[in-house]
Amino acid sequence: MSILSFILILPLLGAALVALQPGKSRLSIRAIALITTFLSMMLAIFAFVGFQGAAQGLGGFRYVQKINWVESLDINYLVGADGINIGLILMASIVSFAAVCVSHSIENRIKEFHFLMLIMIAGILGAFMSIDLFFFYFFHELALVPTFIMIGVWGRGEQRQYATFKMTLYLTLGALVALAGLVLLYVESGARTFDLIALSQQLGANPLRPESQQLIFGFLLFGFGILVSLWPFHSWAPIGYGAAPTATAMLHAGVLKKFGIYGLIRVALPLLPQGAHDWAQVLAWLCLGNILYCGWVAMRQKDLNQLIGHSSVAHMGFVFLGIASLSLIGLSGAVLVMIAHGFLAALCFALSGYLWDQKKTLEMSRYGGLLQQIPFIGTLLVMAMMAGCGLPGFANFAGEVTVLFGAWQTLPSFVIGTTWGALIIGAIYALRAIRRMLHGPVAEGTIPVIDTPHYWAKLPYLLLIGCLLLFGIFPSLLTERISQSMKPIIKAIEAGNQRELILLANEPAKPMNRLSGANQP
Amino acid sequence: MNISASILEIAVVLLGVVIMLADLWTPPKYKSWLGVGSAAGLLLILAGSFFLQVNEPIQAFGGMYVLDAFALFFKRFFIVATMLVLLISVEYSKKFQSGSGEYFSLSLFALSGMMFAASANHFALLFVSLELITITFYILTSFLRHQIISLEAGIKYLILGALSSAFLLYGIALVYGATGTMQFDALRAQSANMVQSPLLLVGLLMILAGLGFKIAAFPFQIWAPDVYQGSPNSTTAFLAVGSKAAGFALLMRLLMSAVPDVALSWEPLLMGMAAITILYGNLCALPQRNLKRLLGYSSIAHAGYLMMGVAAMSLNGSGAILYYLSGYLFTVIAAFLVIILVMQHTGAEDIIQLAQLHQRAPGLAGMLALSMVSLAGIPPLAGFFGKFLLLRAVLEQASVHTAYYGLVAVAVIGVVISLVYYFGIIRTIYWEKQQLVADEIHVSPLSRVVLWVCAVLMIYLGILPNRLMEAASTAVESLKF
Repeated sequence: MSILSFILILPLLGAALVALQPGKSRLSIRAIALITTFLSMMLAIFAFVGFQGAAQGLGGFRYVQKINWVESLDINYLVGADGINIGLILMASIVSFAAVCVSHSIENRIKEFHFLMLIMIAGILGAFMSIDLFFFYFFHELALVPTFIMIGVWGRGEQRQYATFKMTLYLTLGALVALAGLVLLYVESGARTFDLIALSQQLGANPLRPESQQLIFGFLLFGFGILVSLWPFHSWAPIGYGAAPTATAMLHAGVLKKFGIYGLIRVALPLLPQGAHDWAQVLAWLCLGNILYCGWVAMRQKDLNQLIGHSSVAHMGFVFLGIASLSLIGLSGAVLVMIAHGFLAALCFALSGYLWDQKKTLEMSRYGGLLQQIPFIGTLLVMAMMAGCGLPGFANFAGEVTVLFGAWQTLPSFVIGTTWGALIIGAIYALRAIRRMLHGPVAEGTIPVIDTPHYWAKLPYLLLIGCLLLFGIFPSLLTERISQSMKPIIKAIEAGNQRELILLANEPAKPMNRLSGANQP
Repeated sequence: MNISASILEIAVVLLGVVIMLADLWTPPKYKSWLGVGSAAGLLLILAGSFFLQVNEPIQAFGGMYVLDAFALFFKRFFIVATMLVLLISVEYSKKFQSGSGEYFSLSLFALSGMMFAASANHFALLFVSLELITITFYILTSFLRHQIISLEAGIKYLILGALSSAFLLYGIALVYGATGTMQFDALRAQSANMVQSPLLLVGLLMILAGLGFKIAAFPFQIWAPDVYQGSPNSTTAFLAVGSKAAGFALLMRLLMSAVPDVALSWEPLLMGMAAITILYGNLCALPQRNLKRLLGYSSIAHAGYLMMGVAAMSLNGSGAILYYLSGYLFTVIAAFLVIILVMQHTGAEDIIQLAQLHQRAPGLAGMLALSMVSLAGIPPLAGFFGKFLLLRAVLEQASVHTAYYGLVAVAVIGVVISLVYYFGIIRTIYWEKQQLVADEIHVSPLSRVVLWVCAVLMIYLGILPNRLMEAASTAVESLKF
């Protein structure tokens, strides 16, 4: 029984136990949720620390466990960790624990909320640890219905019906397109298996035709891209996060969104290297759309949640740039940004949730002088905003600068656009938010805001900011593990490139053969 | 003249006769127990079916009737479906002012028709079994004789059913004229040489029209929403599952066993039918406010997804159809049982009746939500795995014929559209603002058992698909495609 299966089972067990509790017993429900996610988090930290590097080659996974599921289709419950997803699993479990902590403010229908949240957490963790393509999709979809219900029932604002339907429809569309791509991969590869390791071996030896690769990569790119709010399919994200309750926003923006990028890096890049080359330019242009367009829109937002939502979409542009660079440094940076942004988005939404609980509004003009009123939360908000700008010392800086370095070789002009967009535009809206809400005199006639009463309430925020600082000051903790596992993927991409070059080199031979001896240009 | 091959049908008919006779001596208070009795009898017949060995197909009645793995799978499917329908009609029979005993025995006769249809290897048996099913359903549909909407539904079904039977007969006559045989095995040999024969093609098209009516595929689906809305709820459930499955069983056997060469050349036609059916069903369901009518349109959409499996023209596609139907069965039964329980007092069938159901009856609300999620095709439920298998079958063909990508695109769009109304129902159940003053909902122990069985099976078929997948593959292999 692999440690990863334990990490996955704990939230499911928690959900089952919560379902058995009477609806009113807040203490037992909260206790079960907190304990199971805490244990899950501890196991994930243990697994992360104990991860001493992957075994060689693309099949280099640790903590592997396989349970046969459907023989005829060769779908198996197959979980494993390598350098890329061990960090993601760690981030997911920490954010999950923090999300459960901040849900203490939910008052009505506590049992249903925690039940749905624990199922969502199980889905997220399962999605990151799966090496079987079918279960990859399966776990992600498991988190969909809980998201829908949570935003509908416990969401905020008048728009929440529209928001939850828009989000669910967009995410389902993206997931179905990605599923079509995954099934096509299964069908066309001839390997008759959904096992990623076997597929990568099969496709390493006999890659697909370039046309097939282009088609399937396109499916996966747009399918996974919609899930990650790739421009122009991003409009579900800000409105969805604006309407979502705090825990759902943290889990979705922080963790579940990363699933799409993880899918691209894990599945699309190594298995379809030729397709990746063909689509890299398109991806680079779309990522500019994310960074510049969404950054611009973020500047105009008057609501804090909308601001954070748009800025989170904008940050995804960095990840896409890293992927489009198809280089070791760029891709490692992309994963680093993923992990860092997970913590950051979770922290931002947790803080805005705190403010919402107190004042029931997030319009930035209604706040003022928060640093005086609530120094702890205010300081954290400043730190979060600065981290989003890419201030060194936070993990986001490490990731973003790595992506920019990695992309310089292949996509220099995009790097310039990204730097300008992210740093300048990002700084504008972040600093503006800080100035309006945190600095200055306490706004007159507004309801006073209370700071966190005791240390237990401070815990989730401290946990998240601690991780941001830890991985910002020691990014090698992550990059060592990531780059080791990224090397085989880069090798696969380059092998695909080589094959293409060899094919191109062979072509002029044909005309010469037909007209015997004559030299053809 | 191997009568013993049809032992299951004989048992069912006998059971129906016994129930009809028992109805004469049962006091009105205990009439609903006839339903339970017939369900128990069906359980025994189902157990008996597991003693039948069909390693080799058994033919009977001069090649008209065949008992192979495919037929046996569908027979068991129909028995389970009718068992569940009888149990939910026990709940519903309180509404019948008289004749509930006949309702149960008529359902059993319809079942026998479906079982004959699963074994049909000859056009005569195909027609007779189809008529047995349809005529019984004319009566079952208009069973609420004192409600005009039920009578109207019955008349609509009768008229359109008669029209489709006419098409079917004419088509059969043309095929006979072209090939000189009505038996499927002989037809297979003959049609291999006659793929271009216009007489044969027109005949088969007309037969397709007749069968298309049964499965409510475009352009033969007009009757479905009205008939679904007007029928008694348990009949609607029976129509949605049993009648549709019978149509698909006949279609599969016809296209893949009897005229495979013609069917292969019809791929564009079948793809088009599937695509338009999916779009029609889903788009028309969006504005519906009546729950039964919505489920009628959604049933058309599901027929479209199943047609995708037919259009794939492969063993994987057919296996997927069988799996999908099985999951669909339990989902529909659960959904209709909840509707019967919730709306038995009010009699109205608007979706708004479900408002805040989670407060009035949390178990029922959860069950209906589970059914909606399964119909939408979300893991880890049966509906998802069925759709996954269908998608795989179509994508396998797509790498050979690129037109199938269009079908996949339509299916994806269809699923996304369907989410709007399925999740809209979940929304009404859990957080509709309008408050309803409604009675307490009484759930009998029998209904509770049925709901639990359906829920468990919906989840089981979603997460442990192995057994049923093996059974489905064995079944479709006997089609010898």
